[in-house]
Amino acid sequence: MFKDLGESLIDSVVRVGAIGRFLIRLTVQVPRALLRFDLIVAQIYNAGALSLVIIMLSGLFVGMVVGLQGFELLQRFGSEDALGTAAAIGLVKELGPVITALLFAGRAGTALASEIGLMRATDQLSAMEMMAVDPVRHVVVPRFLGGVVAMPLLAAIFSVIGIYGAQVIGVQIMGVDSGSFWSQMRASVALEDVTEGIVKSCVFGVACSLVAVYEGYNAIPTAEGVGRATTRTVVTSAVFTLFLDYLITASFL
Amino acid sequence: MNRRPVFAGLSMQIPRSRITAVMGPSGTGKTTLLRLITGQLRADSGSIRVDGATLGSRLEPGLNRGELYALRRRMGMLFQNGALLTDLSVFENVAFPLREHTRLPERLIWQLVLTKLQAVGLRGAAHLMPSELSGGMNRRVALARAIVMDPEILLYDEPFVGLDPVSMGVILRLIRRLNDALGLTSIVVSHDVQEISSVADTVFLLSGGTVVAHGTPQELHGNTSDIVKQFMGGLADGPVPFHYPAPDYFAELLDRPGAD
Repeated sequence: MFKDLGESLIDSVVRVGAIGRFLIRLTVQVPRALLRFDLIVAQIYNAGALSLVIIMLSGLFVGMVVGLQGFELLQRFGSEDALGTAAAIGLVKELGPVITALLFAGRAGTALASEIGLMRATDQLSAMEMMAVDPVRHVVVPRFLGGVVAMPLLAAIFSVIGIYGAQVIGVQIMGVDSGSFWSQMRASVALEDVTEGIVKSCVFGVACSLVAVYEGYNAIPTAEGVGRATTRTVVTSAVFTLFLDYLITASFL
Repeated sequence: MNRRPVFAGLSMQIPRSRITAVMGPSGTGKTTLLRLITGQLRADSGSIRVDGATLGSRLEPGLNRGELYALRRRMGMLFQNGALLTDLSVFENVAFPLREHTRLPERLIWQLVLTKLQAVGLRGAAHLMPSELSGGMNRRVALARAIVMDPEILLYDEPFVGLDPVSMGVILRLIRRLNDALGLTSIVVSHDVQEISSVADTVFLLSGGTVVAHGTPQELHGNTSDIVKQFMGGLADGPVPFHYPAPDYFAELLDRPGAD
């Protein structure tokens, strides 16, 4: 059992190293890929615009839950007026980036991994190689950059809609004073809080997009292989996101 | 990892401006051979020269990536399943190499693509998506894409697999016509003996990782060695065994697992 555990630990370390090397390979190609801006715009649309509905809907519900729970908790201390601050800080610093990253991995990440994996399985990537077109530059980098740009925007939208959801519950249903909801939020949410949220969503964007394109590009070219790559995309992205979330939170304290 | 060598002592010379067929039983590494010629794979040792350029092996590096890409621009390859880019239309698939490698005006790209599609008989299908094509049409579009940059060498990987007789006849005629009209050097990997015999100028028969016979199709049909006779005649058993290696039949039948 310990042998298995050791082996899987070594495997994980090797994989993280391979993903890191892949990131370097992508970064080298970024300047040349930027010349084909149309490809990147198409991928921002694929990863971003097509994930909008799920992100907005989830944001609304998460915000409403934060409104309910926050109100219930703060009421015990007689400080319901702080609901705006609590909801905003919770959403902007933590829930927005993390939940968006998890949803992003499930919606856009799996789409990226299976698309690239299927392109490999159907020889489309080899065909590009044969046409002297580097598939990393033409297929992988635009998808990676599309995800990197889309993720922070989605996280911002998630947080904004979440705060609106908390306001609907707190102010309009539970009767928190609207003026103190907004004014307390404005007074106590510092620039650092927003910065932390932005840093997190950017880092998660890089991590989730990188994992998705890595898994897709290195998928075993069979139906089973592409399926496994898709699953691994979600699992690895989630673990990376939560681990990085801890690191960034700790570093901002 | 399985370290069994795919080829050992393989030596081939492929003549210019001819159609050369590479035949052999499944699993002899015919596709691997194409991938070696195009530099998609690197040999462990030995040397591969394409039009004077040495592709190199793991032991002695040959062309770098840029030089390899430059060489590939002079090659076209038809993949087994066509390998069309599924998110682009037929027209855009054929235009893809032109858009990536040239700065031709749109008007000229339009004309070039239509001429190539006309050559494969699919000008009318220019607006379709790859998912709307039959297997034979798919391969014809891939062929149009392979010749759009006017290559000097055209490689076909199993161009007849899974085609109905009509589509097969179309592809066969195209291989011959393109070769003669464009002065190409064609390499066709296949195991369809009859079809390929009718079109190839030279045939190499591979088995067990090496060339077991080569010559014109007529010479191979007249060859008396067992392996060539088995392959050209399509006999089930011979030097290439019908049975995958297994322990003794009766002993294994009687030795039923869990029978105690």
